[in-house]
Amino acid sequence: MQLTESNAARKSLNGNEAVAIALFALLAFIFICVAAVATTSEYSFHAFLLSAASVAAVFGVGNRYFARDIVIPQELVDGRPNYNMEPVRVATLAALFWGVAGFLVGVTIAAQLAFPALNFDTAWLSFGRLRPLHTSAVIFAFGGNVLIATSLYVVQRTSRARLAGDLSPWFVVLGYNVFIVIAGTGYLLGITQSKEYAEPEWYADLLLTIVWIVYFLVFLGTILKRKEPHIFVANWFYLAFIVTIAVLHLGNNASIPVSIASSKSYIVWSGVQDAMVQWWYGHNAVGFFLTAGFLAIMYYFMPKRANMPIYSYRLSIIHFWALIFLYIWAGPHHLHYTALPDWAQTLGMTFSIMLWMPSWGGMINGLMTLSGAWDKLRTDPVLRMMTVAVAFYGMSTFEGPVMSIKAVNSLSHYTDWTIGHVHSGALGWVAYISFGAIYCLVPWLWNRKEMYSLKLVNWHFWISTLGIVLYITAMWVSGILQGLMWRAYTALGFLEYSFIETVEAMRPFYVVRMLGGLLFLVGALLMVVNVWLTIRKPASETESETGQLQLQSV
Amino acid sequence: MGGEKKARNNSEKALTTGHEWDGIEELNTPLPKWWIWIFYATIVWSIGYWVVYPSWPLVSTYASGAFNWRSRSAVQKELELLQKLRAPLIEALRAAPVEKILADPQLLNLARAQGRVVFRDNCAACHGIGATGIKGYPNLNDDDWLWGGKPQDIIYTITYGVRSAHPKAHSGVMPAFGRGNLLKMPEIIAVAEYVRTLSGLTPPAGTDLALGGKVFKEHCAVCHAENGKGRRDIGSPDLTDSIWLYGSDQKTIVDGIYHGRGGMMPAWIDRLDEVTIKALAAYIHSLGGGK
Repeated sequence: MQLTESNAARKSLNGNEAVAIALFALLAFIFICVAAVATTSEYSFHAFLLSAASVAAVFGVGNRYFARDIVIPQELVDGRPNYNMEPVRVATLAALFWGVAGFLVGVTIAAQLAFPALNFDTAWLSFGRLRPLHTSAVIFAFGGNVLIATSLYVVQRTSRARLAGDLSPWFVVLGYNVFIVIAGTGYLLGITQSKEYAEPEWYADLLLTIVWIVYFLVFLGTILKRKEPHIFVANWFYLAFIVTIAVLHLGNNASIPVSIASSKSYIVWSGVQDAMVQWWYGHNAVGFFLTAGFLAIMYYFMPKRANMPIYSYRLSIIHFWALIFLYIWAGPHHLHYTALPDWAQTLGMTFSIMLWMPSWGGMINGLMTLSGAWDKLRTDPVLRMMTVAVAFYGMSTFEGPVMSIKAVNSLSHYTDWTIGHVHSGALGWVAYISFGAIYCLVPWLWNRKEMYSLKLVNWHFWISTLGIVLYITAMWVSGILQGLMWRAYTALGFLEYSFIETVEAMRPFYVVRMLGGLLFLVGALLMVVNVWLTIRKPASETESETGQLQLQSV
Repeated sequence: MGGEKKARNNSEKALTTGHEWDGIEELNTPLPKWWIWIFYATIVWSIGYWVVYPSWPLVSTYASGAFNWRSRSAVQKELELLQKLRAPLIEALRAAPVEKILADPQLLNLARAQGRVVFRDNCAACHGIGATGIKGYPNLNDDDWLWGGKPQDIIYTITYGVRSAHPKAHSGVMPAFGRGNLLKMPEIIAVAEYVRTLSGLTPPAGTDLALGGKVFKEHCAVCHAENGKGRRDIGSPDLTDSIWLYGSDQKTIVDGIYHGRGGMMPAWIDRLDEVTIKALAAYIHSLGGGK
C-alpha cells in the first residue's frame, strides 16, 4: 500500500521532456558532425554554436525537471488563471539588450557615413556588414522580442488562460534569440544571402521557421482555450502578424543550399521576379511586423494605461480587414522605374494610396481612446510616449503613400528621404510604442507598483524626442537636396552636379543624424537603468495602480 | 482613476459593445465620416488610375491603359528631348577641332560645361575633384605632362589610356632594376641621390655621387635623357623639376628603382563618345597646365 503511494507521488519525465531531451541531444550530435565537414571556419563556428545551444537545451530541460513539482503547473490556481510569465520576462529583458545593441550599431554606422575612417579598415566593421547588423538588431531582435513578450502577455491576460504548452513557450523565446545570435554573428563574419532584411542564410532561416511555427501554435493554442467569448482586437493583429510573417519568410527565403557542409545557398527566384518577391517580403515585413504587430501592442497597452475604453470597435474591424487586404499588394512601390512591368508598378502604387485610411484607422482608435483623458498626457510620461508613437505612426503612414506616388518617388527614391521616412516610423512609432509597453510591462511582470522613476521616463521621452526630430529633419533636408541635385540640369542640357558633389553636400546632415541617433541611444540607456532599478526595488504587496496584480508562477 | 472611468462608462453604457477583456472595454462609435469618405475617394482615384495606366494582369497580357502609356517609351521621349536640347552644342563641338575650341571663348565655355561634370563623374576618383592628383596619380593643373600636354596629346591619352588593355594605349614601363638584378643596392642608393641632386636637393654627406652619375648615364639616360628632362613620347618623367609623382625622399626613389614603376589609366573610348572626350580634353587643358 505504502509502496503504491510513493510510486504515484514519484516524479517522472513526462513525454514532452523526454522527447525534447532526446531531440536536442541528437541535434547537438548532428551539429558537431556538420562542424567537422564544414567548408569554411565561419560556418563551422555556427555549427558549434548551434551544437552548444542544443547541449544547453538538454541541460535546461533537465534542470527544469529536477526543479519542478511533481505535476507541471496547472491551468488554474485558487480559481484564477495561472499565467506563465517567466518567458515573457526573459523576452522583455532580451528586447532591452538588443535594443541598446541595435541603437549602438546604428550610431556607429551613422558616424561612419560622416567619418568613413571609423571602419578602421577592418572587414568586420565595414558599413556593408554593420548595416544589416543594425537593421536586424533593431527590427528583428529588439522589435521581435518586444512582440513576443507582449503577445505572450496579452494573449494570456485577454484570454484568461495560461499559455499553451509547457516547454514550447521557452523554445519560442530562447530559440528566437539563438536565431538572432546566428544571424548577427553571420553578418559580422560575412555570411549573407544578400537579400535586404532577409540576410540570414538557409540554416538560420530553417531554425527561424521551426521557432515561428511553434510560436504560432503556442499563440493559437492559448486563444483556443480562452475563457472569454470573443477574441480581443490585439490578438487579431498579433495573429495576422504571426501568420503573414511565416508566409513571407517561406516565400522570400526559398533557396537551395549548395551542400550541408556549406553556408551558401541559391535563391530559387531569378531576375525581376526575385526583386518582386524580395519587396513583397520587404514591404510586408513593414506591414505585418512593424505595423500590425505594434498596432496590437497599441490596442492593449494604451487603453490599459489610460484606463479608458477603446474608441471604436467598428473602426477596429473595418481598418483591420482593410489593412490586411491592402497591405499585401503594396510591395512593387519599392521598384518604381525599374525592370518591373508597368502594370505591377501601377498596382503597387494605387494599393499604397488606398492603404492610407486603413492605416489611419489605427491612429484614430489610439488617439481617440484618450478622448476625455487628455490631461493624463501631462502627468504620465509613459502614456505620452505611446501617444507620440501613434502620432508618428499617423505621420509615417501618410508619408508612405505620398512617397509611393511615382512622381514623388522619382525624386525620393534612393535618397536619404527614404531613410528619414523609415526612421520616423522606426524610432517614432515602433520604438516609442515598444518603450511605452516595456514601461507598463516591467512593473506588472516583476510585481512592482510603478517604474522606479517616472522622472527618468520623462527624461527618456524628451531626450529621445529631440533625437528623433534631429534625425528625421536632417534626413528630409538631405534627401530632398540629394534628389534635386541628382536631377539638376544646366541650361545646356548637362548634369549640374557630379555624384561626388552630392555626397559632399550630405555631410553636415550626416553629422546631425549621428547626433540624433546618439540622443536616442542615451534615452534608451536611461530606460535600461530605470528597468534595472525597478526590478531591484522590493516587490509591492498591493495591487498596482492599474490593477495588474501578477500571480507568481514559475 | 477608477471612479472616473466608472462614471464615464455609466453615462455611455449604450455605446459600449458589452465585451470586456482584462478590464478593457470597447465603445461602438460609428466610423468617422471624413475617414470613410477619404477611403472611398482613394478607391475611386485608384480605379481611375487603372483605366488610364497599364494595370491589371490578364491571361496573356495586361490591361494596357487608355493612352497606351509605357515607362520605356516615356523615358525614350525624354532622352530625345535632351538630345535635341544638346544638339546645337554637340554639333558645334563636333565640327570644331579642339584647338579652335580652346581659342574660341564661347565654344570653350560650352566644352567646359560638359567637361567639368564628365571629369568629376569619371576622372575625379583618381585625379581628385580639383584634378590635383594624389601619390601615383598626376596633378593635371601644372605644366608637367608625362605623355604630353598639347590638346591632341590629352585626347590620345584619354581615348586609349596608359598601360590599359587597349592595343593603342601608351605603354612602356620603368624596369625593376633591383628585383631584376640589374643594379646592386649601393648603386641604387647612389643613383637615387644623384637623381635628387638634379632637382637641387642636397644629398647626405658621404654619398658617392660619381657612382650615381655613372649608373645614371649607363642605365637611366636612355629613357630619362642625359640631362634628366625625360621624354614625353615614352612617358618618362622629367627628373629635374620639383614635381614628383611618387615622392622625392630617398626611400621612395629607391623603391621605384628597385621595383620599377608603371601606373595605369583606363582607355575611355568604350565609355565616352568622341565629342565628350574632346570636351573633356578642352576642360583639362584649360585647367591651367595645357601646352
